[in-house]
Amino acid sequence: MSPATAVSLAVILPLIGAVGIACLDRHPNWREAMTLVTASTLLGVVLIVATQIQSGDQPTAVWWPLLPNLSIAFTVEPLGLLFAGVASFLWLVTSVYSIGYMRGHGESNQTRFYVYFAIAIASAIGVAFAGNMLTLFIFYEALTLSTFPLVTHHGSAEAKRAGRTYLGILLTTSIGAQLLAIVWTWQLTGTLDFVQGGIMADVDSPIASVLLVLYVFGIGKAALMPFHRWLPAAMVAPTPVSALLHAVAVVKAGVFSILKVAIYLFGTERLSTLASADLLAYVAALTIIAASLVALRKDNLKARLAYSTISQLGYVVLGALLANRWGIIGGSMHIVMHAFGKITLFFCAGAILVATHKTEISDMRGLGRAMPVTMGAFLVGTLSIIGLPPTGGLWSKWYLALGTLHTEQIELLGVLLVSSLLNVAYLLPIPIRAFFGQPADGAPAVIREAPLPSLVALVITAFACIVLFFYPQPLYRLVVGLGDL
Amino acid sequence: MIHHHLPALQVVLPLLAAPCCVLLHRARWAWWLTLTVSVISFAITLGLLRQALVGGTVSYFLGGWAAPWGIEYRIDELSVFVLLVISTINVVAIVYARASVEQEIDSDRIYLFYTGWLLSLTGLLGMTVTADAFNLFVFLEISSLSGYLLVSLGNDRRSLTAAFQYLVVGTIGATFILIGVGLLYMMTGTLNMIDLAARLPQVMHTRTVLVALAFLVVGIGIKLALFPLHLWLPNAYTYAPSAVTVFLAGTATKVGVYVLYRFIFGVFGVQFSFGAVHLQHVFLTLAILGILGGSIVALYQTNAKRILAYSSIAQVGYMVAGIGLASITGLTSSILHLFNHALMKAALFMALGAMFYRLNSVMLDDLEGIAQRMPWTMAAFVAAGLSLIGVPLTVGFVSKWYLILAALERGWWWLAGVVLVSSLLALVYIWRIAEVAYFKPLSQTGPAVTEAPMGLLAPMWALIVLNFYFGIDASFTTTVASRAAAMLLGSGI
Repeated sequence: MSPATAVSLAVILPLIGAVGIACLDRHPNWREAMTLVTASTLLGVVLIVATQIQSGDQPTAVWWPLLPNLSIAFTVEPLGLLFAGVASFLWLVTSVYSIGYMRGHGESNQTRFYVYFAIAIASAIGVAFAGNMLTLFIFYEALTLSTFPLVTHHGSAEAKRAGRTYLGILLTTSIGAQLLAIVWTWQLTGTLDFVQGGIMADVDSPIASVLLVLYVFGIGKAALMPFHRWLPAAMVAPTPVSALLHAVAVVKAGVFSILKVAIYLFGTERLSTLASADLLAYVAALTIIAASLVALRKDNLKARLAYSTISQLGYVVLGALLANRWGIIGGSMHIVMHAFGKITLFFCAGAILVATHKTEISDMRGLGRAMPVTMGAFLVGTLSIIGLPPTGGLWSKWYLALGTLHTEQIELLGVLLVSSLLNVAYLLPIPIRAFFGQPADGAPAVIREAPLPSLVALVITAFACIVLFFYPQPLYRLVVGLGDL
Repeated sequence: MIHHHLPALQVVLPLLAAPCCVLLHRARWAWWLTLTVSVISFAITLGLLRQALVGGTVSYFLGGWAAPWGIEYRIDELSVFVLLVISTINVVAIVYARASVEQEIDSDRIYLFYTGWLLSLTGLLGMTVTADAFNLFVFLEISSLSGYLLVSLGNDRRSLTAAFQYLVVGTIGATFILIGVGLLYMMTGTLNMIDLAARLPQVMHTRTVLVALAFLVVGIGIKLALFPLHLWLPNAYTYAPSAVTVFLAGTATKVGVYVLYRFIFGVFGVQFSFGAVHLQHVFLTLAILGILGGSIVALYQTNAKRILAYSSIAQVGYMVAGIGLASITGLTSSILHLFNHALMKAALFMALGAMFYRLNSVMLDDLEGIAQRMPWTMAAFVAAGLSLIGVPLTVGFVSKWYLILAALERGWWWLAGVVLVSSLLALVYIWRIAEVAYFKPLSQTGPAVTEAPMGLLAPMWALIVLNFYFGIDASFTTTVASRAAAMLLGSGI
């Protein structure tokens, strides 16, 4: 398979899968098989692309010109590969998990669910491999629209309200600010291609500063405050959606886009000279702390995890805006580390919901005895989010801390440390109470572990958190060159 | 041989078919005749498209009388592009009309409907091809008078008031245009547009020419529903038969914009209109007021057709803003949007017409839960709505891209901001309809409320496909539009 074919195929494959899933509406088993086959094939294709990257190439595919001199084009570089790899691997795992969850929880409209899920993945891969900002924007919008039916899956009044917030914030920021920034960039530079070192060399600093603000807030999926409200709202969706899309694909598409803009549109060297970069770094810092504080006060497990995600996304944005080698490495690695940690936590939250129908943290005391596997995985996920050994989360925080030291912004280092403490405060009590606490009074019904497919999935992701602690080198080698000019 | 006469045939064919409709009298036969004429007219447009794009401007002298004494028909990149809009919308709208009209109009009056339709088509095509200012007025009156008739045929009694309002305002507009043309004739002694453009500079300084320009701009402004001359539009669109709304929304205001291009850039020339008179300030101010005002008023409507009608006023603002930018990119965006908006608005009104077909109402309260019963219609509505909002891969995105680009080229970031705010308002009013249709429990539970028939769905989805096709590959539309814009700004006419 030629590199260009592989790249195009990776984007198209989930769409073909979506059609297949829709056709198999009447045959649930075959439908799920279709999802699994598509997800595995996609992972295979991404691995083929990965071998190209290993050998130093940047596979490229140009589809067709959308506007004169502006094509829908794909170029795979290490960061994109990283994101696509995480998304496609976790799609496979989540598909396994979904089968247990959706059936165990007796959800309706399952075919629609799997179809839009596949379309969302195609959009995420499109974002990952995009070769220019317009292509990225198109798939970014497709991701928003394809996840909307997943957020409003239950069709209840609450889902409707959440859907309104979701679409409202994501489309307002992307159309109002991001699109403006893109057209402006095109008007100023005549190109939207992602180029190592950036394309903004000839743009005046004040305008570049404004553009940066438009990009960073315009990419609403990064959930930078005050445009974060859509993420907690999206938690009304079924748990697999929250797990894969709102802890990995959608939110990571946001921070990934910000990294792309930072590295390939502005270039780290240019970025570090912009006044607004510092300002935005403080906005990110504020988001990290404020979201953690809100998370402390949430009793609903998914809501707490959502605010935790907002906080963790701030790390990646901060890494991008530090605009030095270590910040970029830390931010890129954090995409992966946080993905595995947070998806584990969401899988556990869904498993608890399916097994016990509990959603509030205060009801989860003593659950660890009935669900040791789930709560064990939860503990591992927690450690990874906090950034403690033996989990991968340590490494990304390590490099982010190095990044703050290199810019000599000690206060930002302080933010990272305080945030870690806050992570301890809002996450660690959950598994501790589950294992050592007493169940609330009233004889609990017999509680068993969640269905097997769900358990398998959450064990895999928890295990991956540990593996990433011992073998971070491949990841490091992939992203080490990004921050260099 | 015959291809030399295509410009004349384009106009003569529907004109001759109109009385034939009266003679045929039967509803079904009249429809077949209109359909045949529409298809042929579309084919003629394609022929002219080839001639104009490959061989350059086509000039046709009616009756062999050479310009400037005789009437000249002139087909260049711009007029052929507008012809394409009219005849495309006309073909799909006429396919759509059969089922829709049988439901909404008494069967013994349907032949009158098609007669009026053909005359209206004649007028619109004629205004587009003619290069003679007075002839343009004649065609304008043909299309307007038949337009009033078409609006009055709606099955709601309010359609009569709407038609009367449209008639009064439209007649004022037509009279203004006639006065303007008359004043020009008085000063130059010619009616041919090229000849006018050549002779006007000698009398440019006179007050008469200024007055002529003012009368023309206001008169045409009424025809294209330029804010605040739009008052006839919401009622006419809301109470006309659904098929007529589709047709008018896709063609009538667009031809108005086209006539404005012709006079502003072709006859008076950009030097005079923008250099001496500074019309761009007028256009920009009115455009921005129209964009924001139309979008905001649309938010508060309870009748879905009315929402779209006010949205049209806002969208006309985009086209006029493109004119006011007075740059190649700005004019390109205006011409592009003329084409693109016809596609999206016609599709939207078709979807609403299909709901009207089943429910006999498009009040938001009656549309509750309708997506359960009419999934394909509602999906079409959402798809066309995305185009209106300007989501990538739809035509709406292409026009928006060019308009924002043109605004930024001038350094007018506030105009770019207005356009983006208006897109977001479009998101809100489209969302209001979609939310009611998808998330409310079904309110109309009669067994008759089912998916629209194929006769309505097929043309609707044909337009949706075009919405995406020209959004995914905009090379044809952008090339033609930018060539037309360069022509308008460059050499006049």
